[in-house]
Amino acid sequence: MTAAPPGPDLSIESLTHRFDRVTALEEISLDIGEGQILALLGPSGCGKSTLLRLVAGLETIQHGRIVIGGKPVGAASGPNLPPERRNVGFLFQDYALFPHLSAADNVAFGLRHLGDAERRKRVGEVLERVGVSGLAGAYPHTLSGGQQQRIALARALAPSPGVLLLDEPLSGLDARLRHGLADTLFAILRETATTAVVVTHDPEEAMYVADRIGVMRDGRLMQFGPPASVYDRPASPFVTNFMSDSNRLTGIVGESGTIDTGWGMVDAGTLPPGKSAHVLVRYQGVGIGFDFADSGTVRARVLRSRPIGANTLVALEAADRPGETLYARTPAHSAPWEGDCVAVTLDPAHVFVFPSANAK
Amino acid sequence: MAAVLAVVLLPIAVVLAHLFFPTGDLWAHLASTVLPRYVANTLWLIAGVGVLTLIGGVGAAWLVSLCRFPGRQFFSWALLLPFAMPAYVIAYTYTGLLDFSGPVQTGLRDLFGWTGDDYAAPNIRSLTGAIVMLSLVLYPYVYLLSRSAFLEQSICSLEVSRTLGCTPAQAMWRVALPLARPSIVAGMALALLEALNEFGAMQHFGVDTFTTGIFRVWLADGSPAGAAKLASVFLIFVFAILALERRSRGRAAFHQLSIRYRPLPGWRLHGWRAAFAVVFCATPVAFGFAVPAGALAWWTWLSAAEVVNADFFRLTLTSVALAASAAVLTVAVALFLAYAARRSASRLFRGLTRLAAVGYAVPGAVLAVGIVIPLAALDRQINAIGAEAFGVSPGLIFNGTLFALLLAYAVRFLAISHGAIDGGLTRITGHMDDAARTLGVSAFGVIRRIHAPMLRPSIAAAGLLIFVDVLKELPATLLLRPFGIDTLALRTYEYATDEQLVEAAPSALAIVLAGILPVILLSRAMRRSSEPHEAAGVAPIAAGAPL
Repeated sequence: MTAAPPGPDLSIESLTHRFDRVTALEEISLDIGEGQILALLGPSGCGKSTLLRLVAGLETIQHGRIVIGGKPVGAASGPNLPPERRNVGFLFQDYALFPHLSAADNVAFGLRHLGDAERRKRVGEVLERVGVSGLAGAYPHTLSGGQQQRIALARALAPSPGVLLLDEPLSGLDARLRHGLADTLFAILRETATTAVVVTHDPEEAMYVADRIGVMRDGRLMQFGPPASVYDRPASPFVTNFMSDSNRLTGIVGESGTIDTGWGMVDAGTLPPGKSAHVLVRYQGVGIGFDFADSGTVRARVLRSRPIGANTLVALEAADRPGETLYARTPAHSAPWEGDCVAVTLDPAHVFVFPSANAK
Repeated sequence: MAAVLAVVLLPIAVVLAHLFFPTGDLWAHLASTVLPRYVANTLWLIAGVGVLTLIGGVGAAWLVSLCRFPGRQFFSWALLLPFAMPAYVIAYTYTGLLDFSGPVQTGLRDLFGWTGDDYAAPNIRSLTGAIVMLSLVLYPYVYLLSRSAFLEQSICSLEVSRTLGCTPAQAMWRVALPLARPSIVAGMALALLEALNEFGAMQHFGVDTFTTGIFRVWLADGSPAGAAKLASVFLIFVFAILALERRSRGRAAFHQLSIRYRPLPGWRLHGWRAAFAVVFCATPVAFGFAVPAGALAWWTWLSAAEVVNADFFRLTLTSVALAASAAVLTVAVALFLAYAARRSASRLFRGLTRLAAVGYAVPGAVLAVGIVIPLAALDRQINAIGAEAFGVSPGLIFNGTLFALLLAYAVRFLAISHGAIDGGLTRITGHMDDAARTLGVSAFGVIRRIHAPMLRPSIAAAGLLIFVDVLKELPATLLLRPFGIDTLALRTYEYATDEQLVEAAPSALAIVLAGILPVILLSRAMRRSSEPHEAAGVAPIAAGAPL
């Protein structure tokens, strides 16, 4: 995962795309190396699926250029290969299995260039690899969602595509199936060193699988980089909040280079004094204690405290400012009771400060 | 594209336009003489056929889908058999059976020693007779649609109503019927449109309706303009039925077919209830199919030596060729329109495509008028130009040719193929096309390797239905037949007009036998409706796609 990639395998150069008058993509540029997995992350309607379809050649490119494996496959002026000549695999959210073909025939669909014996062998291999070799003869409508998903994956992988494109590959499955399938999927991608682009709206999924994350919003690439850098050094309030639920506070930078958020003082970083700022505090960066002696703490009342799986989501109200709430996520064992009076601290590792002008 | 739509919509537009053409004396004459009778007969026909098909169709559907009684399985498909019996054929057959010299009256006289003066036989050749005859062969529309509605809804909603304290009977009145109402009305609308379209039976029974009126004004009075005027007024009734159906359907336009099917527990009937159910279901099957089919078979046996000769095989061949070409043409037009709509984002265009399907509601006689008038004008123009420029008049080019007849079939039956193919195409999602493309198949390859195999059942079903419908079609064929063309339906009509009912039997029986094919198709689709994927090819047709 850490090996340096030998030059970009997929590059996207200043891609702009419009539907009628709506801009779906605006000047998107990024590249990833061979065998890397890129996660395109963003809310629905941000243009990430359009980007995927442009790479596959399913949409006609309007402006910009797409290069796969050093070969330009799509350009507004110049070569524009049809999807069947781009050597890409596409895994659709609704699987799009061909209902008139058996699972094996679906997988064999992209293998017409092989001889019969070779094709059968390859189909067997791929079905085996995704763990559904028992379903070769089954027809899609008799299969469960998870099984259909695996057949669709086998079908996309069978021709050994140069780039595998996955549109929300796990969103149709229930939580229990997701991890199993995600592990199969990414183990296969690693083994075969297949370059892949995964579209998702789930930041955890993106961080779990990807070498690079591109966060998108309204057709723009908001941030692009390794998962750790996107998570730890978000470039904007939007990215901060999208990667992890955050409280959004405001304040003005004081003379000492700190900001009084009302929930404690935070370091203003490079912001000059007098500048108004947005301060984002992740839910897990809100510390809850009972030690009121520390001068850095703020007194608050617990409005709600609800266990959500391993964590507890706590809504806090400032003792001296009724109506102003702050959310905290704490391990279940250290959660306070509703009605408790608690001392709140902010963990600097989970606090991000942005100038107000960049409020988006 | 636009050209195809225009050709398909032109006949209807031409007839509608006559609603506004001044026709002066002619119209005043029609209005003061025949029109009140046409309107009254048409209204009675609608009322009578409506009530009878409603009771028969819904009752039978409710019994076979929600009750359990001996013979239920048999009746569930046998109730479709009268579909195979064209109305004019059943009318001719019962005329022959119930004549003074027919087997029924002869038998009664022999049995009781009556003479002709001792009893008053009800006259079947009357409006009442026509209503009964039409209802006997048209109720399957209501049966088919309400049955599928009962099956679809019943699983969840009926059980919910039971948990809310309804008895089975209450569940029927308070839940099953209201939920099935759109389907029931759609079935009735189809039955009523067929009733309005009927020509052979009405003429034979001497019941004057718009259809027979159009023939009379056109052929006997020699006034195509008068026929068109009549046709335009007639269309008001057609559109009224369509509008009623639309309104009743409201937002319940689409049934989700992919719901999981679970057999219903069913209400087990015993004793007199079971006997009633058997009689209720057996009556329409017996009188709508078994009796007339038996009579036809017997008469065919009697007349075969005389009628079934080389000439009979020639006209059978003509019929088959005509029906097959119409089926191919209509399916081709539907494919063309469906693909154009799939590729086009224009909402207007999609709406127009749907409008093209309205031809199914337009009676054959009206359609014939709408086709002859513009084609005759076109021929006149061409002849005038030809005479002026080259000194030759080519004569009839379009009118009175196969072209006109095939056009009529295509317009009338487009809805069947359009519904089936459109339904088939919507099951092929855009992502399937995309998946095939990324797997190395060209755009043409997608058509060949994905669309063709997936559409094949829909295309075959549509083709078969159109084939059989053309085989049965009478009014448009009669009005538009090219000189020298003879078909099974025309031969049956000609014999019947000469009161040679026994001689009419072989050709009628051939039509009935062909008509059984779609019945088999429908009953198979019905049985398979437990498997959404399998049934989907025919489901749009079974679900009344023509509307």
